[in-house]
Amino acid sequence: MNKFEKLTSTVVPLPIENVDTDQIIPARFLKATDKNGFGDNLFADWRYEKDGSPKKDFILNNPSYSGSILVAGKNFGSGSSREHAAWAIDGYGFKVVVSSFFADIFRNNSLNNGVLPVVVSAEFLAEIFNLVESDPSVTLTVDLESQTITNNSNGKTENFDINPYKKECLLKGMDDIDYLLSKKDLVLQYEANRTL
Amino acid sequence: MSKTLFDKIWDAHVVSSVENGPTQLYIDRHFCHEVTSPQAFNGLRARGLKVFRPELTTMTADHNTPTIDQDQPVKDPISRNQLDQFAKNAAEFNMPIFYPLGHEKNGVVHIIGPENGFTQPGMTIVCGDSHTSTHGAFGTIAFGIGTSEVEMVLATQCILQTRPKTMRITYNGKLGTGVSAKDLALYTIAKLTTGGATGYFVEYAGEAIRTMSMEERMTVCNLSIEMGARGGMIAPDETTYTYMKGREFAPKGEEWDRKLAYWKTLISDDGAVFDKELVFDAADIQPMITYGTNPGMGMGIRESIPTMDAIDEAGRISFKKSLDYMGFEAGEQLLGKPIDYVFLGSCTNGRIEDFRIFANYIKGKKKADNVTVWLVPGSWGVEKQIREEGLLDILTEAGFKLRQPGCSACLAMNDDKVPAGKYAVSTSNRNFEGRQGPGARTSLAGPRGAAAAAVTGCITDPRG
Ligand code: SF4
Repeated sequence: MNKFEKLTSTVVPLPIENVDTDQIIPARFLKATDKNGFGDNLFADWRYEKDGSPKKDFILNNPSYSGSILVAGKNFGSGSSREHAAWAIDGYGFKVVVSSFFADIFRNNSLNNGVLPVVVSAEFLAEIFNLVESDPSVTLTVDLESQTITNNSNGKTENFDINPYKKECLLKGMDDIDYLLSKKDLVLQYEANRTL
Repeated sequence: MSKTLFDKIWDAHVVSSVENGPTQLYIDRHFCHEVTSPQAFNGLRARGLKVFRPELTTMTADHNTPTIDQDQPVKDPISRNQLDQFAKNAAEFNMPIFYPLGHEKNGVVHIIGPENGFTQPGMTIVCGDSHTSTHGAFGTIAFGIGTSEVEMVLATQCILQTRPKTMRITYNGKLGTGVSAKDLALYTIAKLTTGGATGYFVEYAGEAIRTMSMEERMTVCNLSIEMGARGGMIAPDETTYTYMKGREFAPKGEEWDRKLAYWKTLISDDGAVFDKELVFDAADIQPMITYGTNPGMGMGIRESIPTMDAIDEAGRISFKKSLDYMGFEAGEQLLGKPIDYVFLGSCTNGRIEDFRIFANYIKGKKKADNVTVWLVPGSWGVEKQIREEGLLDILTEAGFKLRQPGCSACLAMNDDKVPAGKYAVSTSNRNFEGRQGPGARTSLAGPRGAAAAAVTGCITDPRG
């Protein structure tokens, strides 16, 4: 996993609520046996026509919007536990997803892949959507160290929550498996002491 | 101190706690399927690791498998590759419990677990599939995980989890005639919305739950994830023990007695405090149908779709998008709408009892000509029972065919796809855009609602 660095970027707005993981990466793309190439199929059914040509009205196909921050409506990532959703977001090049609410499993999966989910207030979210609609050059700055997100066009800043352990993992580029492997002796002890 | 059922099981599985961080939780049973595991096994290879406790993982191929001609080689080369890789991983890592396509114990992961006695009260259970919550029906902490976590479990039999909050939902009274466990769940999701239980682990309680069979309890727990909950659970009781007794991997003899004594302690103590409590009246629940593109967009089958002004402003774009996708109008009724497909199956409603309900309803009637009906048993065990109980004869008589077990049209990774623009009444768990095939329009219902639609060719109140 890569270390998470402070980031300033333009954003890609997706003002839709309840975006589920079947939209992020449809099931028919889950047949791969490695983690590569999912970015090309991120939001596939919204992004491409049946013949594979880009749908003009979808935001990823709008050349005015780009950047490594995805901003999405409330309850992003609900549904299936497929980590392929996080691989698709990461593979496309997003480092941060901003929303006012995330589904649990998706949040975990993103963190395990070095993608930072940032929860902001409904007002902060609505302001971003309003501002970028007329001005795609609006940028956000996400600083994990200080746990702040700043809307650079109006200077508003919010703090966001993250579990201190997860924060350290992201900053150091370390993952849970490394940690768990270092605790193997505790597992053996637990197994030995179990009565049930 | 009084403890909830959740607290008792969680506390018994804590190996250690990370300072200011998550808990290292021991996992008793890991279920594994072909779609979310290959990258985890690759991870083990890359790190040069073995599987730590291979006997605690149950492997079955289900998501990506055809539901006809399973004795033939799988046609889709990419699916075949994934299934081959699954078998290769099982062999290379010496996994002793492996049910590949064609095996007599093969079937949908959340069906074969309980069916073979792997699922037992008091356990922690995980699987790379969000409907792992199904196993909570036995009084377990069971939840879906991502592939990185699958790798953690394979490597260490543990994962890191933040302790969720607890919620209890109590249903007073009994369900009305013709109202199913599926209706109870869809009703609850419609009340709470798809994010309403995010961050919580839910315990279901009350008379309506206590009087349910194990199959019905599994349907309820299965759908917990659709309101965002980490999982759902029901305290074990005589119904649970009767279901489990004699199953292959269930404890036997003295061990059974010892475990049973422990299982009987698995209840939420009087006075145990939940972070949130909700109470519903079972008599308020009607047969349900969904009209939109998430499971929270459901209503009583005789009700009408909400009008635009009933939707809060931030949600209107999504609401409109959803109805446009479905080809429905705000404010309209769905009763009598013609449909094209019916799917009976999945880990939500692919158990024997669902087939009994379906067969019982269609007995003496005929399949509607305009409808394609996919009847997909959840496992070969269910398939066998369908034959043994004479249900197959009833189905055949009415013009229906039975397919072979698998996830099938629940996620449409195989060939069982509903074509674009077509309407399906489905007993599965998700009506997301494209879930049952690109452009497919899904209305979720219970097995009786599916049966009613299959014989009338339109959305029909299963109470007649
Ligand atoms: S039937 Fe559907 S929900 Fe259940 S395990 Fe299969 S794909 Fe997942």
